[in-house]
Amino acid sequence: MTGNKMAWLRKSEVVIAGILLLAMILIGLVNPAFWQMDNLFGLLRSNVIIGIMALGVLLVMISGGIDVSFPAFAVAAMYLTIKGMLYFDYNGVFLPFVAAATMGALLGSLNAFFVYKFRMIPLIVTLGTASMVRGFLLGVVGTSIININKMPDVLIDFAKTDVITLTRADGGTSGLTAMVVVYLVLAALLHFVLRHTMIGRGVYALGGDAEAASRAGFDLRKVIFFIYCVAGALAGFAGLLHSSMIWLANPRDFVGMELDVIAAVVLGGASIFGGRGSVIGTMLGVFMLVMVKNSLIIMKIDTTWQRVAVGVIIVIATAITAWRDNRAKA
Amino acid sequence: MVALNDVSLNIRKGEIHCLAGENGSGKSTLIKVMSGVYQPDGGDIWIDGKPVGKLSPIGSIDHGVQVIYQDFSLFGNLTVAENLAMNVQLREKKKILNWRRVREIATEAVNRLGVELDLDTDVEKLSTAGKQLVAIARALMSDARLIIMDEPTTALTGKEVETLFRIVRDIQARGIAILFVSHKMREMLEISERITVIRNGNKVAEGPTGDFDEALITRHMTGADIISEPYVWTAPNTATTPPRIEARGLTVPGHFDPVDLKIHAGEIVGLSGLLGSGRTELALALFGMLPGYQGKILIDGVEKKLATPQDAIAAGVAYVPEDRLSEGLFLTQGIDRNMLSTSYERLAPSMVIDRDRADMLVDKMIAEMQIATTSGKKMVRELSGGNQQRVVLARWLLTNPRILILNGPTVGVDVGSKAEIHRIIRELAVQQGLAVLMISDDVPELIQNCNRIIMMHRGRFVDEKPCADTSDNQISTMLRTLK
Repeated sequence: MTGNKMAWLRKSEVVIAGILLLAMILIGLVNPAFWQMDNLFGLLRSNVIIGIMALGVLLVMISGGIDVSFPAFAVAAMYLTIKGMLYFDYNGVFLPFVAAATMGALLGSLNAFFVYKFRMIPLIVTLGTASMVRGFLLGVVGTSIININKMPDVLIDFAKTDVITLTRADGGTSGLTAMVVVYLVLAALLHFVLRHTMIGRGVYALGGDAEAASRAGFDLRKVIFFIYCVAGALAGFAGLLHSSMIWLANPRDFVGMELDVIAAVVLGGASIFGGRGSVIGTMLGVFMLVMVKNSLIIMKIDTTWQRVAVGVIIVIATAITAWRDNRAKA
Repeated sequence: MVALNDVSLNIRKGEIHCLAGENGSGKSTLIKVMSGVYQPDGGDIWIDGKPVGKLSPIGSIDHGVQVIYQDFSLFGNLTVAENLAMNVQLREKKKILNWRRVREIATEAVNRLGVELDLDTDVEKLSTAGKQLVAIARALMSDARLIIMDEPTTALTGKEVETLFRIVRDIQARGIAILFVSHKMREMLEISERITVIRNGNKVAEGPTGDFDEALITRHMTGADIISEPYVWTAPNTATTPPRIEARGLTVPGHFDPVDLKIHAGEIVGLSGLLGSGRTELALALFGMLPGYQGKILIDGVEKKLATPQDAIAAGVAYVPEDRLSEGLFLTQGIDRNMLSTSYERLAPSMVIDRDRADMLVDKMIAEMQIATTSGKKMVRELSGGNQQRVVLARWLLTNPRILILNGPTVGVDVGSKAEIHRIIRELAVQQGLAVLMISDDVPELIQNCNRIIMMHRGRFVDEKPCADTSDNQISTMLRTLK
């Protein structure tokens, strides 16, 4: 058992955390304002939505698939829920979030059905379902943006909750949104499921070798439905939370979001070949991506160049993980 | 189609039983029936003297039947410990995973087998032999009473096979029966106590291993006597005809020392030696794939510079590599495209491929090589190992070679196909005057098909023998004593 004491140093999460720390120090040197509480709180706030979505994508990616349908599911669940709340004049928080997550799960089961029943490639399935859902939403439900004047106040108030409030030197206050806690709780739950339950290990087994997983006695149908329904539920939940945080519901929201989220998950050490990835790594990856984009904004770099940065991050992070996985196999 | 027809198989408690048969004979189907994956249309399965009725995969495991598949069915992305414990945890219908228990189960599994394995390594980092140990250890954890091993020695080295056999006998000593599925004669004869041979879905022979020898198993497996006449070649007047290929003081520093080699038209020369003897490097040098060689290469008496494979092909050298799957074939392409892949430049003098001529060549080759297919469009992936090897051969013959270098020409090919490939190679040598250099680990293959054998060791030729004066035992003993 020699060498095991140093093994943790080679873990992807530790490497990613190290790079993240280095990047934070570098950014802090260039721009000392980075370390101000205001900026850090804002940064954490930006982690919430992309982070919750990344948890779902992580699940799909560990199983060896890739999901590009979650932004569409998120926007559909969000828009339908808010339309419903307005229609019934409902004033509550808990039920709408349950409804959004359930809608996401139902849409996710559509993905699971095609992936399991027809053994289709998840990328194609989710491209198709994403397009269908977005099309239906705009064609059947509507295209108008629900602005702050119509937006349910309960949702806005809920999302305004802060968990920490600090008084700045100039007398103003900065708060850390309580939504960060929601994100952390969901992450902790998923971490527990992936690491300590049989169905979670089934996700890894499926990503390692589907045939072997079925021979070992995993019920692949159950595992695949679990994966896509949970991913859909997380997307739906994140969708509603997002509109609560920005005080409007736009049925054309989240376009291009899939790239950011997938970049974050890959950056967090998940393998595009499946079988590898962790919640902690993903959270670090999300933080890194958000931080890079945030720094680009602070440095007043044009948004078009942010697309370039995200693209570069995806390519480099994928190259590194692919190199790691190939080397491991040799 | 009937995959299995009225087959009975008896396996006694604690015996090592061999199931022999060629590819496609129904071996895999029989395993799948025993493991509950397929339901038979007729007949019964009896375990411990009782009929068990319909057998499901889980039911089969409950009765103590464990299959170790060729690909081992392991999870490369998970640790050895988790792989070992996975099945036990699933059987116990656990919902929550206890990592301490995983470790206990894994430690017990490794102890039962009596081997050393690092439990924290990811399985994909292990060697093939290591993965096999994990698979065997896992099978033992399921209280197996019959372990079925599907072609367990395919990817193992000689030494690893010995270790495997020791472990198999050790398992047997605990009263666990082993069904060893194979088409390698020597291994069957060495390890088993009884043999059952199936062919085309029928049982054709059964009995104690002592009643069988290689020739008899071959006859049962193929349904025909495979004649093994030695290859005879009469030297022409060497004063007037130069050798087809001659190497003078050929060396690639760091790979092999200067060697002199002459192969005449119609000769089949065997090259034997352990892995790392430099035999593959010599072949690669002759095919222009090791540039920077020193010494001279003469083809039909004319010196040629073989700096690239293109030079070598132009000079009439063809090389059929060891690993046809990774180096030779495009599995998802048709037979035709695979065959023509070296000939397109010749077929398209003005950029456009001469389709009629291409089709004609493919049809001619399929007929000559007797490839079992109805059309040249059939994907190579769907062919058996023997037919795939013929496609590779055909591809090189289409370049009109004068020298054919074969590296492991029948690795992974079953007995019947093997004999057919040997016949084709001999015919090519006799009728077309090809000079053949055959590299192989399979000593009997060399003895049967070559007129002389060169032994290589540590980058040097150490001995040469005419095949008529030697036997496979003699050569094998020599190879073993080389240090």
